[in-house]
Amino acid sequence: MPVWLTGAEFRTLSAACDRMIPPSAAGPGAAAAGVPDYIDGLLGAFTVDPPRIWAGGPTSGRMGGEPAFARFHRLSALDELAWRMRIEGSRGLPEREFNGPVTGFQEQYRRGLATLGDDFDRVDPEVQDSRLRSDPDFATLLFHHACEGMYGAPEYGGNRDGAAWRAIGFAGDVQPRGWTDAEVSNP
Amino acid sequence: MTLDAVIVGSGPGGATVADVLTAAGWSVAIVEKGRNHLLDPDDLSRPASDFSNDEIKFLNRHFLGPDPMVEPRTFRTGEEDGDRTHVGEVNSVPSTVGGGGTHADGKVPRFMPDDFRLHSRLGPQPDADVADWPLGYDELEPYYTEVERSVGVAGTDGSNPFAGPRSAPFPMPSGAPMFGATRSVVAAERLGYHPYPAPTAANSVPFDGRPACNNCGFCAFFGCPIHAKGDPVAMLRRAMATGRAELIPETFVSRLRVDGRRATGVDLVGPDGSPRFLAARHVVVAAGAIETPRLLLLSDLDHPLVGRYLMTHFQTIAAGSLPFRTYAERGRAVTHVHDDMIIGDADSRSAAMAAGLPWLRGGMVEHSGAALPIMEAKHYPWGAHHSGLMEDSPIRARLWAFIMQGEDLPYPGNRVDLDPSVRDARGYPVARITYRPGRHEMAASEHFGPRLAAILKEMGAEWTAVTTSPGGGNAGSPAAVPESRHNMGTVRMGADPATSVVDPNGRLHQFDNVVVADSSVFVTSAGYGPTLTLVALAARAAHLLAGTRPLSPPPG
Repeated sequence: MPVWLTGAEFRTLSAACDRMIPPSAAGPGAAAAGVPDYIDGLLGAFTVDPPRIWAGGPTSGRMGGEPAFARFHRLSALDELAWRMRIEGSRGLPEREFNGPVTGFQEQYRRGLATLGDDFDRVDPEVQDSRLRSDPDFATLLFHHACEGMYGAPEYGGNRDGAAWRAIGFAGDVQPRGWTDAEVSNP
Repeated sequence: MTLDAVIVGSGPGGATVADVLTAAGWSVAIVEKGRNHLLDPDDLSRPASDFSNDEIKFLNRHFLGPDPMVEPRTFRTGEEDGDRTHVGEVNSVPSTVGGGGTHADGKVPRFMPDDFRLHSRLGPQPDADVADWPLGYDELEPYYTEVERSVGVAGTDGSNPFAGPRSAPFPMPSGAPMFGATRSVVAAERLGYHPYPAPTAANSVPFDGRPACNNCGFCAFFGCPIHAKGDPVAMLRRAMATGRAELIPETFVSRLRVDGRRATGVDLVGPDGSPRFLAARHVVVAAGAIETPRLLLLSDLDHPLVGRYLMTHFQTIAAGSLPFRTYAERGRAVTHVHDDMIIGDADSRSAAMAAGLPWLRGGMVEHSGAALPIMEAKHYPWGAHHSGLMEDSPIRARLWAFIMQGEDLPYPGNRVDLDPSVRDARGYPVARITYRPGRHEMAASEHFGPRLAAILKEMGAEWTAVTTSPGGGNAGSPAAVPESRHNMGTVRMGADPATSVVDPNGRLHQFDNVVVADSSVFVTSAGYGPTLTLVALAARAAHLLAGTRPLSPPPG
């Protein structure tokens, strides 16, 4: 269940993500990797406390150590202002409009997904691509978020089980193991 | 009781001043506008555990700050652009406890002796105000030696034929060479260059109570999860352990308060927005070469040169794709560099003449790869080929690159001032950067760029490409915004108050008790990262304040 998007929006988003980063023989496409969950989790970051903005440190547990990425950082008042402006927009609030109005990710996604159409997940791939290309600003935003969700740490909701890292031969976060000097200089 | 000193900024400069002054028995407060993710909040003499191998957190979500949404800067290439062409991030160095030291990959070379005397060695340049520094390498050398030890620098003695004389060996041997560098070093040597292991502030062996680097590879742009990077955690920990330092994070210094020729303290804005005054006998400004002039301008300091001569290093980047994996994701971000393009040769002298310039200098060249998959993914076009490109990975797994930190000359038109209308979330005018590379920087880049690509071809590169940062394009292009993070100049040091803002000891000419301790005092930019030189200058300024001497290196 998406935390912020509607079910219909989530279906459109999933189809759009898979057009941008499709499955391959080596690994899943963006939809199966959980990229739509990454984006929905960003849009709904403030539905949980602490908000899912910055994963904890120093280790994820994948290479030993504590699974500390799962404990998200608390935000300061200034951090929260910045991320609410970025996600929710300024909404006419004077404390968010010190340099004028700000359009947030939520509004950009609501509008962008509506423009793609609620039949987006059922039309031909060529039609999907041409609809994506007709809104280049939204396509760029979506693609950048898709890259983050695909190849970022799984704790943010995408790159499920690290499958996207495995597909490209990337080890991901490696603390506390690191690499030996021999692995660095004579791999 | 009035503090002996308030230090504005907790980066390498401020941390070093705090270390030296507290060791001399002074009481200090370190005011930092960013958050504390560096030191354990329960025991500030110990490191925290907030840093991690997390590309989203550090490269996409502003974990180390400043977040341009609430602390933007503005940019233009010149006055003819109007008030600004860009609002957002402009060459931001982290705004967090530890400052730029947290995200740097820790290359900390010294400058060469000639870097301090360009005017007398090479002469003037058209359009630029090239000048000698008011102090030379010999005067700074004992402080270089002290801070290499206090930061913890690994290096190989005698490996750089162009280096100045050293009074002590490196405190640690160099760490493991990157695999790609083992290949690029051989290729560079075949073409007559002199690559050497980069002096690096990452432990190669356990040092000063911190572990050896374990080669995780998340180095440049990342805080070190195990604190093997000494800059600036080492200095801050020592200062806090004396019990004579107070750390005040999430607090913005909005103004220096002055009375005649003396500062009385600083106005602060706390995390909840409430203002207060903090009195101190001395004020040390170490906010970096963009925020330091901003604070002086917010304080109505009326010297006409405040903010002038901004230098950032005009970077020339040659990249190539190799027919083998380069394993750049393992180990430090850069392990080898060469300085031949600072020194120049008969060819570069001809190139200068052809460009109508008396001389030209490039910069230190970093032998480097790319390691991060999100960054890579954004470089490929979306669609059917995306996954295949990520698997073949010509610009991550098989890329090698040379980054030349081209020396920027000091031009009066390249500057920091206060934006006439853009504000930060606290309501203060933000820094506006006016910057464009000059003829010298462009000519040096055009000369050395193809020579960097030739080394890649010697390595076996399948293709090469040469770009610059900032890039070309028109004034409104985002590519015009510099992102070297090497900000220097803006509060120039010199003996003459008419042509400089601070004196040879880092003290503002106009006030008796205000010292600037960051790279804003640089007279020229050299072709090296500024950190070790600004740290050595900060140590010197602090010792002169306290009347102490730099520590001699241990025997043997």
